[in-house]
Amino acid sequence: MSSKGIRDQVAIIGMGCTRFGELWDKGTDDLLTEAATEAATSAGLSIHDIDAFWLGTMTSGVCGVTLSRPLKLDYKPVTRVENYCATGSEALRNACYAVASGAYDTAMAIGVEKLKDTGFSGLTGIRPVGDGTDPGLSSPAAFSFLAPSYAHKYGVDGAQLKEVMSRIAFKNHQNGARNPRAQFQKEVSMETIRGAPLVAGELGVFDCSGVSDGSAAAIICRTEDAHRYCENPLYVKALSFVAGPAAGPIDPGYDYTTFEEVVRSAADAYAQAGITDPRAQLAMAEVHDCFTATELVLMEDLDFAERGTAWKEVLAGTFDRDGELPVNPDGGLKSFGHPIGASGLRMLFECWLQLRGEAPPDRQITTVGPGRTLGLTHNLGGAPGEGVSFVGIFGTELGGMGLDA
Amino acid sequence: MAAGIVTWGSYLPHWRLRHAAIAQVLGSGPTKGSRAVASFDEDTTTLAVEAGRRALAPGGPAVQDLLFSTPAPGYLDKTNATTIHAALGLGRTCAAYDFVGSPRSSMGTLLSALGAAAQRTTLSVLSDLRFGLAGGAEERDAGDGAVAFVTGPDGAVAEVIGRASASDEFLDRWRVPGQADSHVWEERFGEEQYVPLAREAFDDALKAADLTEGDVHHVIVSGLHVRAVKSVAGRLGVAKEAMAPDLGSTIGNLGGAQAGIALADVLDRALPGQVILVLSLADGVDALVLRTTDALPGAQGASRGIGVPTVSEQVASGHRDVSYANFLAWRGQLLREPPRRPDPERPGAPIVHRSEGWKYAFVASTCTECGFRHMPPTRVCLSCRSIDQMRPERLADVAGTVATFTIDHLAYSMSPPVIGVIVDFDGGGRYRCELTDADASEVAIGDRVGMTFRRVYSAQGVHNYFWKARPLDGSSAEAGE
Repeated sequence: MSSKGIRDQVAIIGMGCTRFGELWDKGTDDLLTEAATEAATSAGLSIHDIDAFWLGTMTSGVCGVTLSRPLKLDYKPVTRVENYCATGSEALRNACYAVASGAYDTAMAIGVEKLKDTGFSGLTGIRPVGDGTDPGLSSPAAFSFLAPSYAHKYGVDGAQLKEVMSRIAFKNHQNGARNPRAQFQKEVSMETIRGAPLVAGELGVFDCSGVSDGSAAAIICRTEDAHRYCENPLYVKALSFVAGPAAGPIDPGYDYTTFEEVVRSAADAYAQAGITDPRAQLAMAEVHDCFTATELVLMEDLDFAERGTAWKEVLAGTFDRDGELPVNPDGGLKSFGHPIGASGLRMLFECWLQLRGEAPPDRQITTVGPGRTLGLTHNLGGAPGEGVSFVGIFGTELGGMGLDA
Repeated sequence: MAAGIVTWGSYLPHWRLRHAAIAQVLGSGPTKGSRAVASFDEDTTTLAVEAGRRALAPGGPAVQDLLFSTPAPGYLDKTNATTIHAALGLGRTCAAYDFVGSPRSSMGTLLSALGAAAQRTTLSVLSDLRFGLAGGAEERDAGDGAVAFVTGPDGAVAEVIGRASASDEFLDRWRVPGQADSHVWEERFGEEQYVPLAREAFDDALKAADLTEGDVHHVIVSGLHVRAVKSVAGRLGVAKEAMAPDLGSTIGNLGGAQAGIALADVLDRALPGQVILVLSLADGVDALVLRTTDALPGAQGASRGIGVPTVSEQVASGHRDVSYANFLAWRGQLLREPPRRPDPERPGAPIVHRSEGWKYAFVASTCTECGFRHMPPTRVCLSCRSIDQMRPERLADVAGTVATFTIDHLAYSMSPPVIGVIVDFDGGGRYRCELTDADASEVAIGDRVGMTFRRVYSAQGVHNYFWKARPLDGSSAEAGE
């Protein structure tokens, strides 16, 4: 892949993130206003100082007016983007490229989703008129193919795998319990997780992320300008996005134990950032734990664990907040729910706090330090075998990895 | 080369409702017997497709006319036969007509086809899905199913050697359009009308065939008026062993398809040179006399060879019982709370028409460069990326193996949970679809499945037909290669 990347060319200089949850008293406009204001303020800017905007939302609005109307923007460029569950990251990626190109001095990437106004359970997609041949399985069902396939391929007993999945939910809820922005701020016992009613396949209620409303935003400028706005900016090291050919559902060679899109976007991002040993070089990762089985497979696709070993690493606590590589220290989609357009930027917000040492002491990770200043966000859209994947890498130091500092 | 019935095929749905299951819930009624029940995703059109698939032997003559008859059509104004035509992959020049309304039109359909057999190759499909109110005789004693006959100028297994009809106008059974259940007048009134009509038709038909009662090897007496059927059968004067078995106690009375199913059952096991007499009581009486030919054993063997089950195999094989609660829900008589999910959308007419081959005939695209099969069909090959190097390939009759599966408790269904399966087809190709006629607790990786045409759902008055997988077992392995 001849993806060149824009390592260290742009920086994040301000961020905002609303509380995520069933926000009955807040609409899309409220969420956008709050996230945008917080982000601009944290960069010492007014919203009206920002040159261009990328708005990510799947279902809460179409076209740039969705943002310009509530913020009363003065005839600024606003682009609405959508890329399924990776929508928030797609907004970020485009805003970064716009600034790197020199077209704008500052840009805002903002994501929002107001899911709790529909009255439906789970996510409701937006689909064009169809021919009625789509099997119409729910998202949990589409992802539930992972668990038995993984167990079968690596000889993991079904009950053991359920324990592994429960452990992932347990860890993410433990992390979310300390996060005042999370939808669920409560620890959940292994017994409760294990015993929850099944939604699809082996996935119980606690193996699924919640459904919530939320918004998050980031302000981007060129690296050379970053210190005009921010003492400790976050530099963009890598942005990789791929859409697969949707081979899984039609290719008998696909075995439902991996996301090829993630493997490809991770390899691309690591190359852009100069990372060779992600497990050791990253200080943290925020990954798309839409379902516990997804997080398990991602640990291998992102090269945090050897093939067939992530389940053991999960049980060993490798990815716990105080583990070797903290994964989803903010609580993940599990604790935040998944307001589609917002999730990718919510992940970045956790990197923003943790890598810059601004997380509250009771949940600050201890892996960040000299020589270990990078965080990863991973955002997935679609379903196993047919989706899109984003991997971003961000860090507090320019250069780095001893390559070309 | 004789004209007449060339091939036949029958389809009885997978599910049985035990009379005991009704009695247990309602607290009264007979406890012996059962009936065949179309699943929640079947209607008379899909039943007809399944019967039609079994009648259309590979390499058989090209069908020129498709005639579909049912008292319970999925659509009015819109032709249902065109759906069947598309699902069977019949040629564009093949005509397709509905003969819907009363059960008598089903017998009339077959008689018309036979009348034209010397000139035209016709596929007649007779299908019925009977509806009755809870606790009633119609609900308990009726059954669902379909039967198909190919008739044509050459290679008949049975030729018409006589027929006769007797018509009369009297009110025995009726249903007003829009109503689901039918009404019947006092039974003895109908009986007294049918008995003499049957005698007349029977005698006239024998006379036309130049035969007497004793020359008949198989006699079928059918009709929804059970009392009249019994009364007529007892007075015909034919040997008891010549009377075709009454399938009503196991599969129920199939209404418009009943005479046809009984005829298929006889053809399944008859010998060459035998005389079959069908007497159908439905607002008058139609009598049909057939003589089997030397081609019959070959046709029976050919059907067996490709795994087409006989009527008696379908009656006897180990089908699953449906609970009375599910039966009521399937018939819309028990309104279950839907999931808190958006209602399904009706499919769009133009897109459905563009994907006609895929949606109705289950035609994949196979790459002529590398052989990779694509479901649904695509123009660019996943494997070698060739563009527009595809040939269409119908996979409706190709079996497959369950690569993996899931039980979906969230997805919309009239009968949750939905079983989702990933099917790898014999000879290549993978498709993800719903598994039907199955129990969620019994699905396993490696299960063998075949495809079946179903009504997936109806939305805003539009029926959404498509294919699902269903378990293959020894008795219904007709899709096996």
